[in-house]
Amino acid sequence: MTVMFEDIEVGYELPPLTLPPVDRTTLALFAGASGDHNAIHIDLDAARRAGLPDVFAHGMLGMAWAGRLLTSWVPQAQLREFDARFIGVTHLGNIITCRGRVTEKLELEGECAVRIALDSANQYGELKISGNAIVALPANNTVES
Amino acid sequence: MIDRKWIGRTTKPSVLPIERRRVQFFAKAIGESAAIYLDPEAARAAGYSDVVAPPTFIFAAEMDSGETEALLNELGIPLSRLLHGEQAFRYHRPVCAGDVITVQSTVDDIYEKKGGALEFVVNTSRANDQNGELVAELRSVLVCRH
Repeated sequence: MTVMFEDIEVGYELPPLTLPPVDRTTLALFAGASGDHNAIHIDLDAARRAGLPDVFAHGMLGMAWAGRLLTSWVPQAQLREFDARFIGVTHLGNIITCRGRVTEKLELEGECAVRIALDSANQYGELKISGNAIVALPANNTVES
Repeated sequence: MIDRKWIGRTTKPSVLPIERRRVQFFAKAIGESAAIYLDPEAARAAGYSDVVAPPTFIFAAEMDSGETEALLNELGIPLSRLLHGEQAFRYHRPVCAGDVITVQSTVDDIYEKKGGALEFVVNTSRANDQNGELVAELRSVLVCRH
């Protein structure tokens, strides 16, 4: 169903997205698909040489999941801006939930749009990503200038 | 310490042909199962020219070309000390299989925090399509732990 500008109020929460636990296969697939071959994410020996106990998820994998939260809510063609701050390392076994909340209704270059505050946290409530997005929404009444 | 002379350094253009199989593989890797990312017919029915590259996909351009690695090497940042601090995208149109995207980046700023324990490299990129039209702008903040 089409999400309309008039139907969304500040404070609206997007349907959250919970991912399966992070495992090594996911990291290997993402390394190949994303082109990020940094061994620290896929090779336990490389992680240990860097002084880390184990491999950990790519920041951009977490951002891609946050992107899924957005594009499962509105068509990707409506996405205008998307930014993420990588706050914490996502470890193997972490179960990430991506959330989004509308913080502002605005007009952007003649379009009706909403600003969304994003956060992704694991099953212990530890924040991994904090971000923002702006998505355009169709409106019943066009913006008056 | 990262030499501030690298502020203004520009990468060579990285050409990323958007291949259907790569988009489908990326979708699988991120657990995306919506049809517009997997099925060309469904994508066309939804108004796209072919399967849609998910929002963060084009970050791959400078990974594939080696330009990100070349930048890190030149700035003297070992991968083992690298953290991705922030990433931002501004979109002008969705990218689909069949597009050929060219990405070029510039180091906008280098600064330190915590008395030099952390150094930050701000990199901005422009992504153009095969017609020279701007499809997205990217901004990365890379962090080097000392």
